[in-house]
Amino acid sequence: MTTRTTSLPGTPDAISEDRLRTALSPRARPAKPGPVAVSLTFGWRALLKIKHVPEQLMDVTVFPIMFTLMFTYLFGGAIAGSTSAYLQYLLPGVLVQGVIIITMYTGMTLNDDIQKGVFDRFRSLPVWRPAFLVGALLGDTARFGLASAIIIGLGLILGFRPDGGASGLVLGTLVVLAFAFGLSWIWITLGFIMRTPQSLMAASMMVMFPLTFVSNIFVQPETMPSWLEAFVNVNPVSQLATAVRGLMHGDIETTALTVSLLSPVGLTAIFAPITMYLYRNKK
Amino acid sequence: MSEPGSFAIETTGLVKVFGTTRAVDGVDLRIRAGGVYGVLGPNGAGKTTTIRMLATLLRPDGGTARVLGHDVVREADMVRERVSLTGQFASLDEDFTGKENLVLLGMLYGYARRDANARADELLAAFGLEDAADRQVKHYSGGMRRRLDIAASIVVTPDLIFLDEPTTGLDPRSRNQVWDIVRALVADGTTVLLTTQYLDEADQLADRLAIIDHGRVIAEGTPGELKASVGSGALHVRLRDPEQRMEAERALADALNIPIALDSDPAALSARVNDAELVAHALSSLSQSGIEVTNFALGQPSLDEVFLALTGHPAEEETTQEEPVA
Ligand SMILES: Nc1ncnc2c1ncn2[C@@H]1O[C@H](COP(=O)(O)OP(=O)(O)OP(=O)(O)O)[C@@H](O)[C@H]1O
Ligand SMILES: [Mg+2]
Repeated sequence: MTTRTTSLPGTPDAISEDRLRTALSPRARPAKPGPVAVSLTFGWRALLKIKHVPEQLMDVTVFPIMFTLMFTYLFGGAIAGSTSAYLQYLLPGVLVQGVIIITMYTGMTLNDDIQKGVFDRFRSLPVWRPAFLVGALLGDTARFGLASAIIIGLGLILGFRPDGGASGLVLGTLVVLAFAFGLSWIWITLGFIMRTPQSLMAASMMVMFPLTFVSNIFVQPETMPSWLEAFVNVNPVSQLATAVRGLMHGDIETTALTVSLLSPVGLTAIFAPITMYLYRNKK
Repeated sequence: MSEPGSFAIETTGLVKVFGTTRAVDGVDLRIRAGGVYGVLGPNGAGKTTTIRMLATLLRPDGGTARVLGHDVVREADMVRERVSLTGQFASLDEDFTGKENLVLLGMLYGYARRDANARADELLAAFGLEDAADRQVKHYSGGMRRRLDIAASIVVTPDLIFLDEPTTGLDPRSRNQVWDIVRALVADGTTVLLTTQYLDEADQLADRLAIIDHGRVIAEGTPGELKASVGSGALHVRLRDPEQRMEAERALADALNIPIALDSDPAALSARVNDAELVAHALSSLSQSGIEVTNFALGQPSLDEVFLALTGHPAEEETTQEEPVA
């Protein structure tokens, strides 16, 4: 028994020799976990992170709501004659933009883990190595899913009435998610290379602002100068918006859909191996 | 497989180059299993780089290293199964609570959620962190953070643990706590390799140690051997009357048969001696010559002196602790 008080915050508590010995006593190791179990654990970590740092959900929740409301009421009347007509055009695009913008968090989170040294701890564990990244992607699924649900929910409230019905909505969302996962690899790669999460954010903004705004998300490109129209038409984000719009309103845009599905495959094929290389050789 | 009698760590000509810096420049180490092995060196000596190569986090640019019988490059997975590393700077999730950090690692090692929880509680209690279990790590003090970091490395007890400057920046009390943990680990059969800039820490904890400087091992042995290699302790004598110093110098030189140094204090003299008997003789010869001594001391050579003798520069004592800012 001790009469010493240890309640002062920050005061080191006494270390009991007996407890120390018990805690260190040899015991059976748990069975080595498989790749799925480890990936799920890392996924749990990503969710725990969201719980502790809810601010990071601002971009996932508040921005999409702002964008949807702002553009619907700001441009609705001018562009399509009525807000409700414009919403039918705009909403699939806002979904695309809302999800694409938050892909950079994957890279920023990773970069932060590297800077803080947590990454080294995980890298020295005897576990299936890609699990760390798979877990991060699982966490992203939660973020992307939440953002999608908010945007679509708000759209429905405001009067978005897709002709493709529920299945169109689901399929459209899945295509957006597939594209987002492909794009995430770029930010993961940069997450290994850049020095700070902030520099990564700046770099990704430089890519994502033009890519999402200079697209057909907000307006049809026909009214643009021809050089701009040309860019907008080849912009993969336009292709994605067209494909998603098509699925949600019940007509399949074959070319756009193909481009939208092949882009993430291509991105993954290029960047996933680079990522694994960087992972193994990070200094 | 590691054959019996082989070394826990064995490196030959280990090299790591960063740009033009040869951070590790041909390190040969042979470390037996069991006990504490200390790696002592000033800032930038290459301690961390060496440890990171041994813990499979960095790939060597030259030479080979075997840890518990496994090559750190070709059999990295086998090494990782049996060793763990507590780095120089805490590698914890700052946003998570202490307990969540440990539960997460427990699960990554394969414990079911419930067992991981139980293990985390056990470790938190053992390391005196019970009260802080549900506080976020970013609110921990330096000492608490260190202990949690070590706890995180022994969620599954490793056969060998690397501790990179485990006490740098800690107050004496926290330092003692870490020492207790190290001793308990050793008692339990874990081999500990620790780096330090503190000579007394190496003296207190290490069974053997290597002194490294500029990426090379410049001396190796038990603390006793290293001290003996410098020769001797120092005899310091202080006289009542500074006027008698020349006379005292002659008397001491006759008795000890070694050169006597005149200190900056005009009444003080000193000499390196390795025979305590001679010292008694020398002191009595002083009093026989009517020279009055106010003060004398015979010191063991410190590792500081060892370090100075070996490198020609003193070991830096300033700390390099940079707590990551949340
Ligand atoms: N990632 C890196 N890139 C470039 N140089 C590096 C890198 N890591 C270490 N160095 C350099 O290698 C040398 C050895 O560094 P190391 O961190 O191993 O020293 P140390 O003995 O651990 O020092 P300290 O006591 O300050 O922790 C230093 O000159 C350092 O600047
Ligand atoms: Mg170091």
